Amino acid sequence: MRHIISLLMENEAGALSRVAGLFSARGYNIESLTVAPTEDTTMSRMTIVTRGSDEIIEQIKKQLNKLVDVVAVMDLTDGDHLERELMLLKVSAVGEAREELKRITDIFRGRIIDVSSASYTIELTGTGSKLDSFLQAIDHGLIIETVRTGSSGIGRGERVLKL
Amino acid sequence: MELTGAEITIKCLQEEGVEYVFGYPGGAVLFIYDALFQQDKVKHVLVRHEQAAVHAADGYSRSTDKVGVALVTSGPGLTNAVTGIATAYMDSIPMVVISGQVPTSFIGEDAFQEVDAVGITRPCVKHNFLVKDVKDLAVTLKKAFYLAKSGRPGPVLVDIPKDVSNTKTEFHYPESVSIRSYNPQTHGDMGLVKEAVKLLLEAKRPMVYAGGGVVLSDASTQLTELVRKLGFPVTNTLMGLGGYPATDTQNLGMLGMHGTYEANLAMQDCDVLLAVGARFDDRVVGNVKHFTSVPRKIIHVDIDPASISKRVKVDVPIVGDVKQVLTDMLGVLAASKQKPDAANLKTWWQQIDTWRSRKSLTYKNSDELIKPQFVIEKLYEITRGEAFITSDVGQHQMWAAQYYKFDKPRQWINSGGLGTMGFGLPAAMGVQLAHPGAAVACVTGEGSIQMNIQELSTCKQYNIPIKIIALNNRYLGMVRQWQEFFHGNRYSHSYMDALPDFAKLAEAYGHVGIRVDKPSDVEGALKEAFARKDDLVFLDFRTDSTENVYPMVPGGKGLSEVILAEDL
Repeated sequence: MRHIISLLMENEAGALSRVAGLFSARGYNIESLTVAPTEDTTMSRMTIVTRGSDEIIEQIKKQLNKLVDVVAVMDLTDGDHLERELMLLKVSAVGEAREELKRITDIFRGRIIDVSSASYTIELTGTGSKLDSFLQAIDHGLIIETVRTGSSGIGRGERVLKL
Repeated sequence: MELTGAEITIKCLQEEGVEYVFGYPGGAVLFIYDALFQQDKVKHVLVRHEQAAVHAADGYSRSTDKVGVALVTSGPGLTNAVTGIATAYMDSIPMVVISGQVPTSFIGEDAFQEVDAVGITRPCVKHNFLVKDVKDLAVTLKKAFYLAKSGRPGPVLVDIPKDVSNTKTEFHYPESVSIRSYNPQTHGDMGLVKEAVKLLLEAKRPMVYAGGGVVLSDASTQLTELVRKLGFPVTNTLMGLGGYPATDTQNLGMLGMHGTYEANLAMQDCDVLLAVGARFDDRVVGNVKHFTSVPRKIIHVDIDPASISKRVKVDVPIVGDVKQVLTDMLGVLAASKQKPDAANLKTWWQQIDTWRSRKSLTYKNSDELIKPQFVIEKLYEITRGEAFITSDVGQHQMWAAQYYKFDKPRQWINSGGLGTMGFGLPAAMGVQLAHPGAAVACVTGEGSIQMNIQELSTCKQYNIPIKIIALNNRYLGMVRQWQEFFHGNRYSHSYMDALPDFAKLAEAYGHVGIRVDKPSDVEGALKEAFARKDDLVFLDFRTDSTENVYPMVPGGKGLSEVILAEDL
């Protein structure tokens, strides 16, 4: 099953490679991984999307907790949570496609953030599956370039990951 | 007062009460060696290869419960140390390894003798640090010792660039450190402890499976008391030997791939299993599916939550220090009115005694060829079971584990997890330095001993009078055994041709060497060796080259799918 694991870790050089190294050394799978500093400059927050059986996910959480640089671990998928990912994509936009792409972008509540005579650059935010749906909704041949940030997640309401 | 980073490093070691540092100098650690030279509290042992420095620190630690310390230079010094670090990591040995690094301004420029020490060692240390500012040095070393020793112990590397060791700052060694992200849980959940005791008391076919965690936690007194109070059978893992006295009748001997028939079958057939400081590794339970196909309740006590339900799902997980949890169990047991079910236990012991009567460790002795098992039995007799025994890796290691009866913890020193050939001799140096005057023997083979034989020179320099018991069968014996069993007798590159004359080699290093060819000379040679209290004696036993280790649970098989010696 797909799990979104959030962690707080010390903002130390090498902390990221400890996490990445753990996943590769133990053969765990990483679908996406994002990391950036938090409002507390001593800590970074990472969101890892992974897949595995319940036993594997349990091991992943234990092994992450075991890393000395990891301050706190939370499996967002254990409860209510929000998940967002940002995608930027450049599409070929000429002729009829130009209008069609604008319409689909509006339907998905995306924004066109750059325009040239032959292309659009679209910004789209949402769950990973929403971004996937958008890619399916447009003509695949029009895609010039895509870049996705990977998912970030946060618990709903009172569910917080804080020190 | 302001001190240089090098002086601070040595001061920290003094503050930690470090007695010995095992190391090898080089460019990046010159300032540290200079500071070492100008004091005499911390003694340095100059090895002949960095791998040996780490193994020696490891042996020192395993035999004492203190943190082992090794000091190596950058680049090849560090890469040579990696095998030793990984060995300590797999067996959870508390250790601090200090490595020199190129100056901070050179890092990343492929400087002479530069390697990414933190990157290379990351997967095989509990934690590691690169100290970029001398102001962080003292607190980092304090953290290193704290991390190495607390929780599930392990090696910690501190990488110190050359300029950091030559920069001055005010020295202050903190009394203690706390790391917000690191809080090992020492006390087990009392609700679970009570549940565990209840399960044990209700068991029909109970079994206690005790691993290296018992030794590391110094909990053998508590384990022994608990097992005796309950009257249950107990088995020790390779790492746990000595955690429960081997000569006690409740001990079924070692379990696992080369464990006794009774220990493995009792492990397989029990209905309640108490696993203490052990991790159900592949050499212990064999095929997990086969093992878990039999229903049984499992209680698992371990300081490391990640060790629990990693390979085998358990019913009562107790995270905590083994000694603390066993103490709590004894308390709950003492307060309980219930006693173990005597009738069921009696039936269970009858079953175990039937398995035991197979005498799975029997071997056929010979008047012509020296049997390796016979050498270990004689070694046990002559040292009255009191020697520290280190071993290398292979058949000799298993025979030492099977035939030397360890009654005390920290007496048996071997590389269990990583299986590092070349471990035995340097580890024995560390053990002997920690226990001057004690009998220390390194049981080895002609393959393993050659992986760190240069340390005979270190032994000469520091008068380390260990006894080397080489079971020389001219084969990489364990490889040969697997090739015989599973590869159609095709002995691919397992024959050791062109061996040195070990007795003469030992003499060349300034030691005593004795070659033993006949079974009738075994006892005399051992007696002579141990009578020479001040000499290193290398005993080259020419043993039967075709002997195999039995019993054997082949890789991937279940514990009851055991191969016994032919005539059993």
